[in-house]
Amino acid sequence: MAQDVKDRVMAIIAEQAVLDVEDVKLDSTLEDLGIDSLGLVESIFAIEEAFDISVPFNANDPGDNDFDISSVASIIAAVEGLVAAKPA
Amino acid sequence: MNRVVITGAGTINALAHDVPGTLEAFREGRCGITDLVIRDKERLSIQIGGQVHHWDAEKHFNRQQIVLYDKFTQFTLLAAREAVTQSGLNFDGRLSYDAGVILGTAGGGVNTWDENYRAVYEEGKNRVHPFVVPKLMNNAAASHLSMEFNLKGPAFTVATACASSNHAMGQAFHMVRSGMTKAMLTGGSESMLCFGGIKAWEGLRVMSKDACRPFSLNRNGMVQGEGAAVFVFEDYEHARARGAVMLAEVVGFAMTSDASDIVMPSKQGAARAMAGALRDGRLNADEVGYINAHGTGTAANDKTECAAVADVFGHHADRLMISSTKSMHGHLIGGTGAVELLACIMALRDGVIAPTIGYEEPDPECALDVVPNVARNARVDVVLSNAFAFGGLNAVLALRRTA
Repeated sequence: MAQDVKDRVMAIIAEQAVLDVEDVKLDSTLEDLGIDSLGLVESIFAIEEAFDISVPFNANDPGDNDFDISSVASIIAAVEGLVAAKPA
Repeated sequence: MNRVVITGAGTINALAHDVPGTLEAFREGRCGITDLVIRDKERLSIQIGGQVHHWDAEKHFNRQQIVLYDKFTQFTLLAAREAVTQSGLNFDGRLSYDAGVILGTAGGGVNTWDENYRAVYEEGKNRVHPFVVPKLMNNAAASHLSMEFNLKGPAFTVATACASSNHAMGQAFHMVRSGMTKAMLTGGSESMLCFGGIKAWEGLRVMSKDACRPFSLNRNGMVQGEGAAVFVFEDYEHARARGAVMLAEVVGFAMTSDASDIVMPSKQGAARAMAGALRDGRLNADEVGYINAHGTGTAANDKTECAAVADVFGHHADRLMISSTKSMHGHLIGGTGAVELLACIMALRDGVIAPTIGYEEPDPECALDVVPNVARNARVDVVLSNAFAFGGLNAVLALRRTA
């Protein structure tokens, strides 16, 4: 399950960045990957759709959200948390 | 080039159903943003808005009219009646050929789209009411105004998202100034506080769940509003000859395109529009006492707008006042510039500057006098009204005091 979340999130981010999945590293930031604010909002939408979760994210202050977007690893961790918290 | 004055104003918005009530709310710094009362609200993550409450269409329109009028048209007609009554103009005679109407709206009959999509998709109906198209079309309000007031000159609708009203009023200004027409009804309207209208905005993740706090460090987004404002723009000599009361003079207008991004604003585009309006009105930057800001309460708009003001006005930026009344009535999208022009008229005519309410913490990137929380008495001679739309389309009006 954990591996599955990680792979799927990385695939979503890679697609948004127009990169091969191998070029997306866990410590990459969205800025490193060339994902701008619209790309971020689109990635979050794709994550919500993929996992059927609701991501608490307000684009007005990306640094001050419960959803940590500082790196690919932090996004994966946040998504894992939301997936685990999902009502069965 | 003819001079252009405003001889009538009307509105309905979350603060009041008329101009005197709206100006009173501006003076008191009252907030019109409330919990929304709409169908399926529980499925929305954004549940507040600057909604028009106590709206009773049957008080103003007969049954045949209601069948034809989407709410954005109803709001426009109500505002126009107030404006035309105040102006004292009568379009029965020759003036009708020299008068027209230009309105702004971003979405037109959004409630009509919403209700009828529900009918065919959700409820599985295979038939809709015959008037769906004439009700939802963006020009419906302009056309109904032309019919109600017998306006037989230019009539059309401008759709430039959040700058629609300012673009519309700019066109009306140009027509009267050039001598093409003697009088124009102009302004704008929006009514997209319905499930689909809000759901679309939620997607962008720029909406606040609790309040619109422009320029405040802890701002967290915009809040949608609804309503309309309509003005009578009239040739100065025509107005003077009939002894009309002049609320303000429209002296300049400029529009620019950022040509850069579909949602992110540009400092240069905004600055060029403000500087252009000054140039068009042959104004010096230091004559401007007040700017009604676009001030949406998003991180992106407010800091870009403040930086643009600093660029255009230099040291004078620290002496002028700038406020966003969206904190009170919400963002009326295509109708917003029209309602905000009321704050400009109040500043010029009554010497009262509408505040930016909900202001809690200074933002170093918005270090201007934003008239926080409390209205201020101040005599100003020249004001600007800013509107910067998605799509990078900017429109700025300049107004001058008439007496």
